[in-house]
Amino acid sequence: MTVIDVSRDPEELTLTMVLEFPHPVERVWQLYADPRQLERWWGPPGWPATFETHDFRPGGRAAYHMTGPDGEKAPGWWEFTAIDAPRSLEIVDGFADESGQPVQGELNTTFTVAFDEIPAGTRVTSVTRFASAEQLEQLVSMGMEEGMRLGAEQMDAVLAEAV
Amino acid sequence: MVVYERLRELDPDEVDRLFHALADATRRDIVERVLDREHSVSALAERYAMSFAAVQKHVAVLERAGIVAKQRRGREQLVRGDPEALARVRRLLEQYEEIWRHRAAAMAAVLDEDAALGEEGSQR
Repeated sequence: MTVIDVSRDPEELTLTMVLEFPHPVERVWQLYADPRQLERWWGPPGWPATFETHDFRPGGRAAYHMTGPDGEKAPGWWEFTAIDAPRSLEIVDGFADESGQPVQGELNTTFTVAFDEIPAGTRVTSVTRFASAEQLEQLVSMGMEEGMRLGAEQMDAVLAEAV
Repeated sequence: MVVYERLRELDPDEVDRLFHALADATRRDIVERVLDREHSVSALAERYAMSFAAVQKHVAVLERAGIVAKQRRGREQLVRGDPEALARVRRLLEQYEEIWRHRAAAMAAVLDEDAALGEEGSQR
């Protein structure tokens, strides 16, 4: 089982995921540190992510877009606000316009990720912090839409692939 | 996360109302009570350190979201919960969680594929 625990805290506006992987911390760290690996898991089904830039150091930025089934592009940006390899990192995620510039006035999402060595490999604790209750509600409703898109069969296929 | 915003195809107003209604501790408490059995607005108001009008407002938010229904009986307004609406919220949250589970599964796939490919050279 990859997902050990999921908890939502409506008052703190956070979603906490605890994941475990049977791989060393240094290897799991690469899922974030290597943009080519990020591209293989970041985008939702049918929306693969492409990282155009990925300046992986404290204060560095990344520019990415996701490409939809009809070729539509959804651009976003990251700022690596903290990196303590291979223990923890913090990413601020936001909307970008077509030229990759942050969209003014949009609310950002913050991901804080901790990597801990455990006997079975690595435990990843990922806390997603939303800027406001409205944003969380909005993202939940958007996530629901994407969730509906995931048929049971597709979920099974993905999970089988991951065994 | 960004992509969910851009993928907007459904009208999420109803969902927004549901989540907004439940994003408040007093309203969640009211829902718990009225799911158990129906309460009058005045009986609810006695339980909270706020005015009758404030409690009435909370009930109105829940009513607009379809989580509770209000009925007038004589001088009293009776409030009862709609378990189906709550079940729907629960399903939505479960579906949202599936996105993250999918992402986690994709991470595991990347790690396992690479481990299989690199079996010879790696430590495991």
